[in-house]
Amino acid sequence: MDALIEYSPSLLGGAWVTLKVALLSLVLAVASGLLGAACKLSNLLPLRLWTMLYTTIVRGVPDLVMMLLVFYGGQLLLNEVIDYFEWEFIEINPFVAGVLTIGFIFGAYFTETFRGAFLSVSAGQLEAGRAYGMTGWQVFRRIMFPQMLRFALPGIGNNWLVLLKSTAIVSMIGLSDMTSLADQAGRSTHQPFTFYLAVCALYLAMTAVSGYVLNRMTTRYNVGVREANV
Amino acid sequence: MELFDFQVITTSLPEFWRGLLMTLQLTGIALLAGFAGAVPLAVARVSKNRWVSGPVAAYTYFFRGTPMLVQLLLIYYGAGQWQWMQEAWQAGHPFWLLFREPFFCALLAFGLNTCAYTIEIIAGAMRNTPHGEIEAAKAMGMSRYKALQRIVLPSSLRRMLPSYSNEVILMLQGSAIASAVTLVDITGAARNVYSRHFAPFEAFVFAGLVYLVLTFVLVGLFKYAEGRWLAHLAPRKAGKKLEA
Repeated sequence: MDALIEYSPSLLGGAWVTLKVALLSLVLAVASGLLGAACKLSNLLPLRLWTMLYTTIVRGVPDLVMMLLVFYGGQLLLNEVIDYFEWEFIEINPFVAGVLTIGFIFGAYFTETFRGAFLSVSAGQLEAGRAYGMTGWQVFRRIMFPQMLRFALPGIGNNWLVLLKSTAIVSMIGLSDMTSLADQAGRSTHQPFTFYLAVCALYLAMTAVSGYVLNRMTTRYNVGVREANV
Repeated sequence: MELFDFQVITTSLPEFWRGLLMTLQLTGIALLAGFAGAVPLAVARVSKNRWVSGPVAAYTYFFRGTPMLVQLLLIYYGAGQWQWMQEAWQAGHPFWLLFREPFFCALLAFGLNTCAYTIEIIAGAMRNTPHGEIEAAKAMGMSRYKALQRIVLPSSLRRMLPSYSNEVILMLQGSAIASAVTLVDITGAARNVYSRHFAPFEAFVFAGLVYLVLTFVLVGLFKYAEGRWLAHLAPRKAGKKLEA
């Protein structure tokens, strides 16, 4: 217990790194998810095929393999580019590689979530927006997005919880997130069990807080919608 | 310098093959054990008695709420923290010595993890059993156990197939973390190949392809299984009638 108190600042710092990775990946994933959903629903065949390839690859390849590819392969590619332009050496850091990979992976899951949600907003609403003379972007921002969010929220919540847990693998490419800090603390104090259990507790705390926030958001975006009384 | 050298892959094919066997063993055994444990625990999970369903709910909450990597590290590296465990190791106790084996620890972590998810999948399907089916079983004079064995479980285990196929695929992908405890699965083989040849593209793209093929095979198998056991729930094919 003393060891846990002694190392708690370091562990909490790691928790902050984990949270940063998760939140930044979430932003990236939501952006690529919206883009992916738009492509999947577009009339252009190449766009549809491209997103199909995207979602298939992400579903079929483990996140760790992709992360190792981005981290080590990305460095090699970057070295080639640097050699070509004769720049100074730039190192890909694990934080960037982690955020890019997790964002890319969960972008595919958000693509599916948003595609379903886009389809759930009735076409008449969008037509009405166009009839008022709104531009496509205005229709999206004022009509589509707020209504779509209600249908997307359960999926967003699920994806977020899975995303949060998948951040643990960034410790395998050397980022000092809470898992790898727990590993270090466990080694130096010979109490690895205690520290890994603490990491579990921190993850559970994060999911509990997310659950609360998601509930609040669900209430917020369901205002004015009657619930079915079963 | 070439970015993709096929020779790196061809020379390391035996290593990848051993990695593939390791991945298949890990996921296969973990899934079988997890499923076997999940069926009775799912029955406990839907029980109205809180003393029965509570502990199962706590178990699934913990294992579904924390990363599998941390669970694996907790079991493999965490076991050595306990004095009694180390004493058992010194005494050569056959069961507790298993906790020094990375293969056993990975199986344990993966099995407990997939078991937790499978419990919730089966329990969800059981809760969605059509009310009439249970009423009919009661009207036939079946006891609760008989109704469970003849009606509720067979029908839920069929209806869970689509969600369970997802879990199986996630387990296959999740097993990639086995290399964190020194096991050489497909990802572990790729990491070895990378560090030997400094060839990240060859190593990880090839590993990714192997996983992709495995995933396709699994998806195909589950499609076949769904066609066989869920045919009665499939939406009626609109086109067929028009043709005839």
